[in-house]
Amino acid sequence: MFKKICSNTAFAVLLGHSLGAFAHDTSSDNAFNPALWLILSGTYGNMQRDPAIPATGFAMSPNPAQTQGFSLGESELGVAADIDPEFRGFATFSILSASISVENAFVQTSTLGNGLNLKFGRFFSSLGYLNEQHAHAWDFVDQPLVYNTMWNSQLIEDGMQLKWLAPTDMFVEVGGEVGRGFGYPGTDTPRNGSGATVLFAHIGDDIGIEQSWRAGISAHQTRQTNAQSTAVPDLLNTPGGVSDSFNGNSNTAGLDFIWKYAPNGNFRERYVKVQSEYFRRRQDGMLTYATQPGGANIADRYIDTQSGWYVQSVYQFMPTWRTGLRYDRLDPGVATVGALNAGNVISNYAYTPSRITWMADYNASEFSRIRLQLVRDNSRQGLPDNQLFLQYIMSMGAHGAHQY
Amino acid sequence: MQRILGTLLLLLLSGNVHAALNVFACEPEWAALTQQLAGSQANIYTATGPLQDPHQVQARPSLIAKARSAQLLVCTGAELEVGWMPVVLRESTNSNIQPGSAGHFEAAKYVAMLEVPSRLDRADGDVHAAGNPHIQTDARNFLPIADALSKRLIELDPANTAYYQQRHAAFDQQWRAAIAKWEKQAAPLKGVAIVVHHKGFPYLNDWLGLHEIAELEPKPGMEPSAAHLEKVLGDLQQHPARMVLRAAYQNERPSEWISERAHIPAVMLPFTVGGTPQATDLFGLFDDTIQRLLAGLH
Repeated sequence: MFKKICSNTAFAVLLGHSLGAFAHDTSSDNAFNPALWLILSGTYGNMQRDPAIPATGFAMSPNPAQTQGFSLGESELGVAADIDPEFRGFATFSILSASISVENAFVQTSTLGNGLNLKFGRFFSSLGYLNEQHAHAWDFVDQPLVYNTMWNSQLIEDGMQLKWLAPTDMFVEVGGEVGRGFGYPGTDTPRNGSGATVLFAHIGDDIGIEQSWRAGISAHQTRQTNAQSTAVPDLLNTPGGVSDSFNGNSNTAGLDFIWKYAPNGNFRERYVKVQSEYFRRRQDGMLTYATQPGGANIADRYIDTQSGWYVQSVYQFMPTWRTGLRYDRLDPGVATVGALNAGNVISNYAYTPSRITWMADYNASEFSRIRLQLVRDNSRQGLPDNQLFLQYIMSMGAHGAHQY
Repeated sequence: MQRILGTLLLLLLSGNVHAALNVFACEPEWAALTQQLAGSQANIYTATGPLQDPHQVQARPSLIAKARSAQLLVCTGAELEVGWMPVVLRESTNSNIQPGSAGHFEAAKYVAMLEVPSRLDRADGDVHAAGNPHIQTDARNFLPIADALSKRLIELDPANTAYYQQRHAAFDQQWRAAIAKWEKQAAPLKGVAIVVHHKGFPYLNDWLGLHEIAELEPKPGMEPSAAHLEKVLGDLQQHPARMVLRAAYQNERPSEWISERAHIPAVMLPFTVGGTPQATDLFGLFDDTIQRLLAGLH
């Protein structure tokens, strides 16, 4: 866990020389000049099956699969600073193999007071626990299956978030977001008003000095418009090239929980953390099924409730070594399909995708990490897969503190 | 009816006026110092424990909740808390304690910093741009910090100025007397060669004249490696040390390893209030530190 950055100033010094201004200050990650950081990350992945095949029963969901062979992974460039006494800016750019994309770019208020915190721009939604974490802070190479299928790995939103922290001894936070509906399951349809809303609440506390925990509930709502799923042979033996298109409501509810324990509260030597999240989504609307390319479209009612969860634990057994285990499970649900599509769409897969993942990583310091991950993937019926990943995550520059 | 409501309102308000200051202390030594200076006028929450590595603290939900209602934050500064404080400050949304406001107190600003690096390079390990942040191991540092902190208490709670001034004067007098006593007790430590686990004691060395000849960590913040321990052991053949020091929160194995092979005592120091059963307050912290160092000589 790249927890603490001691010298946020390596870059600030460089900047300071060129700008002729350098402040040596404080416990904030600001030090007059913008904090800049670069996360270098890369993965080698070895899979026996084609990673493009989605989990059984989740063909209409995105499939942010890992890349086979060598890839740059989630390298990230970030900038953060106070803009003035009232606003703070934060931006991260993810460096993909052929392009740079804006992952986050938001402004946050600093002085609203009364526990209120307003954020606007592009940000990771605060739903769930893992959603807000940047890829370099993940404990495994990839996200849990439930995040892959329900949020296309992470829910990114263009919009606004308002949070309120209660003035209580126990941590109690509630918040809401309205957004464009930019990230899946939103369909980024141009419209006035908002395309998606999120509500969340978190509570947390310590148990003595050794244990701490946080629990949360969240809800996400969007209306999907012409949500295309290409190359979706929903019916086995359907010729390739057909597509589904869904129009309807998507409502998701989630629960998340994390617990951390360190002897004497000393995270330097040893610690254990256990976390689990559960999401359940109901999609209710019309499914338009193209029987063949250019052929007749058949539209009828489609309702399905899908869910998924994971539980994982990471154990740092000595200061430089950690190991972790994760179990994933999905439930494709039993779909209610209108009569017109009953012959085209599978309503019941009678299969529950699952996956078990083990990792070990070595951390020479809090700025470098090298990881081995082994996976037994049973997310695709009849296509069990053994996977191996090697990953490096190195952070340079003034990379700010991490969230809990 | 209106009069009753008005009286109730007045009671509520006056209750607030006389409420003690909510203080968020980052480390136990600053909680103890605030306690000395503010007495019954402060509700003090201590964010980290004496057996936690202060470099490896997490921005736990409880810290954010406690920072929300704090009127004063008392921390070391000098980037010691940079791994978690930015998140706590941001998430607490409490404008009273943001950097630059009267409620944000960094002790390191009031003392002469040691080991300020002339170059910043992570290849040198965990170095802090502002200098070594472990300022609490020199008792003399508490005098200017107490003076500044007392003034800050008065700034935030002027109604109790006389109370704070009186407590500060009493502390200052007792502390100067204690320093004189400790310096006298510690006279045999002058010039004594030591090895340390982490570069956590430059201020102690500067004060008592201990002579640090090696560290068990190859670079600050990195784990003591077997190869580096062998090298330190080899160096000790040439330049013997009298003892190997570590803070209470540090793993005892590297110092025990050196202790056995170099035949020198491994001395554990409380490092902060609560680090040992004897270090119950600031006076106990230094009484115990010096007793343990003196015991290491024999």
